[in-house]
Amino acid sequence: MNQPEHTNTTWLFEITPKNKFFSLNLKEVWQYRDLLMLFVKRDVVTVYKQTVLGPLWYLIQPLFTSITFTIIFNNLAGIDTGTVPPFLFNLAGITVWNYFTSCLTGTSNTFGANAGIFGKVYFPRLIVPISIVISNLIKFGIQFVIFIAFYIFYYLKGTTVGLNGSVVFFPLLIVLMGVLGLGLGMLISSLVTKYRDFSNLIGFGVQLLMYLSAVMYPMALIKEKLPTYGWLVQYNPLAYIIETARYMLLNVGHISIWGLGYTFLVTVGVFFVGVLIFNKTEKSFIDTV
Amino acid sequence: MKKDIILKAENISKQYRLGQVGTGTLSHDLNRWWHQVRGKEDPYLKIGDTNDRSTKGESDYVWALQDINFEVERGEILGIIGKNGAGKSTLLKILSRVTAPTTGSIKFGGRVASLLEVGTGFHGEMTGRENIFLNGAILGMTKKEIASKIDEIIDFSGCERYIDTPVKRYSSGMYVRLAFAVAAFLEPDILIVDEVLAVGDAEFQKKAIGKMQDISRTGGRTVLFVSHNMAAVKSLCTRGILLENGKIKDVNNISSIISNYLLLNSDSSAEWKREIKTESDLFFDRIYVSNSHSQITNQIASGEDFTINIFLNALTSISNSTVSVKFVNAEGIAVFTTSVHDYDNDFEVIKKGKYELIANISKNILLPGSYNLVIACFVSRTKLFDILEEKISIKIEDLGVKKRDLDREGFVVPNYKWDFLKLE
Repeated sequence: MNQPEHTNTTWLFEITPKNKFFSLNLKEVWQYRDLLMLFVKRDVVTVYKQTVLGPLWYLIQPLFTSITFTIIFNNLAGIDTGTVPPFLFNLAGITVWNYFTSCLTGTSNTFGANAGIFGKVYFPRLIVPISIVISNLIKFGIQFVIFIAFYIFYYLKGTTVGLNGSVVFFPLLIVLMGVLGLGLGMLISSLVTKYRDFSNLIGFGVQLLMYLSAVMYPMALIKEKLPTYGWLVQYNPLAYIIETARYMLLNVGHISIWGLGYTFLVTVGVFFVGVLIFNKTEKSFIDTV
Repeated sequence: MKKDIILKAENISKQYRLGQVGTGTLSHDLNRWWHQVRGKEDPYLKIGDTNDRSTKGESDYVWALQDINFEVERGEILGIIGKNGAGKSTLLKILSRVTAPTTGSIKFGGRVASLLEVGTGFHGEMTGRENIFLNGAILGMTKKEIASKIDEIIDFSGCERYIDTPVKRYSSGMYVRLAFAVAAFLEPDILIVDEVLAVGDAEFQKKAIGKMQDISRTGGRTVLFVSHNMAAVKSLCTRGILLENGKIKDVNNISSIISNYLLLNSDSSAEWKREIKTESDLFFDRIYVSNSHSQITNQIASGEDFTINIFLNALTSISNSTVSVKFVNAEGIAVFTTSVHDYDNDFEVIKKGKYELIANISKNILLPGSYNLVIACFVSRTKLFDILEEKISIKIEDLGVKKRDLDREGFVVPNYKWDFLKLE
């Protein structure tokens, strides 16, 4: 490059009005991997700075939600969870569900929350949603430890809880969930830059979605009790993920290969559309955000 | 030998939609999409006004930049100047890939780092050291690169004492010092710098400018610099681009760019006449500059006498008043001030009536360049009757006499007699 006779054909890169139709630019993301890890570190570390309980805050939320759910849905409404203790049933659902929602809400705010940085310096924008998914994975890891603790507690108490052999695929299920949250989040974050309507939607949309995702009831139950609306849950890919997670961890419910295949296809589809729109948005979102 | 071009901008334009983004957005988006589907051109690209902040436009769309073409050579420090809203920041944003141009393309022959703000991404809860890593990574450095320079960075910032304290406890000066220190150790081929030097104390500003000069001179790297501080631009840059209303007005060496900018900056001319009534008892009616041939002009040759004619109107008798003329150069520095007091003590008491004052400025005083005249009549430290700023400017042209000394430093060029003796 330092030769004086520089020919104009050796440009390193070029800025043009539009991106290619589909480009993940993974090479560039890889170049910025240090930034990715620093973002993850920042997100994890700064949450509990200047708090007394520190990372314990990660545990309090799922525990209290599980207790509330157990009281309302199991003790009051009488949802039957079979041989599994209702608290453990709810905790499993909530822990997995939390990972999805934190990925979704975190990434859906990518452009809004980072407008300050994005407006001043360039780096592959994809770094931010990916870092959110990874830092939430760490948070999920911590929350999962508390689930394991209660699992052991119930096991020692003599309650019949048991893993299903398919639990070895549990990490894959979590990856599937993270990718779905990432794809959907990127899609929404891109739309939010222009139409703020979507940020209102996401707030209560996530809440409503939880009720359709079989978090606090077994999937079979809704088909039995509400046959007219059961299809809503049946077409929700998240319900299959939650149901499968419980099947793997607690050996309740049943696993549906058709359902998982469907979930996989939806996830891949949403992810690609998400990346496509995110790519289109990242170039000039700063003008509209 | 071919020129070593490291950055080439071709026909960059940027269009913005004015007003609020609201219900109209969706219909325009759909229309645009419908045109795209049919393979037609974007209908909104054909319309749009030039970017003039003060006038009312016809359409909702405005061109913040239009047909920008330029090239930058390796190792050059290019200044980009222009009035507020001329499109400087938009251009920088496009060059640093924050936003994409509407049309056109930019080709880069090297790694780019941009410094549109210092301390981008600093997190208040994290320590100075942690933030160096985070900020460095945002600017494109790897962890390894930062780790190898961390001691130098801390040393340059002068914040060693506080480096393990969260930056939210820093004073704003320390914050900026730390942030600039990170940026100073960036090693891109092209560095894009916005007005980040406006903060920090004098010592630090000097250090920052020196660092940028180093980057270009010893590192052979290219710097694009945007600032309103003409002194900084002049000391740093070799060439400049002058933007006006989103278009390139001039590309030239930096001193002539600054002169042009100054003339552009004020709607000043060689002559001024009072148009708005004043309530003051003592005021100017008309002021003009004329050259040695008694022509009213503000283009003065450096080897020529010129005059400033000031028509004064006194409604009552006023004592102890004076009239002065201040010459302000392109960098905003007052070169000298002359006052009628200097010459004529009869002016001490001015009676009701109209007067003409003529300031005779002798040749070979001012260095070639543009000067704004600030003309005032006042009673010293007590009362200001009338003042005229940025209305009259002069341009001292270098014509022949001192041609060889075009880049002479300093403010004045008095013509002193030199003796030239041969001793052996």
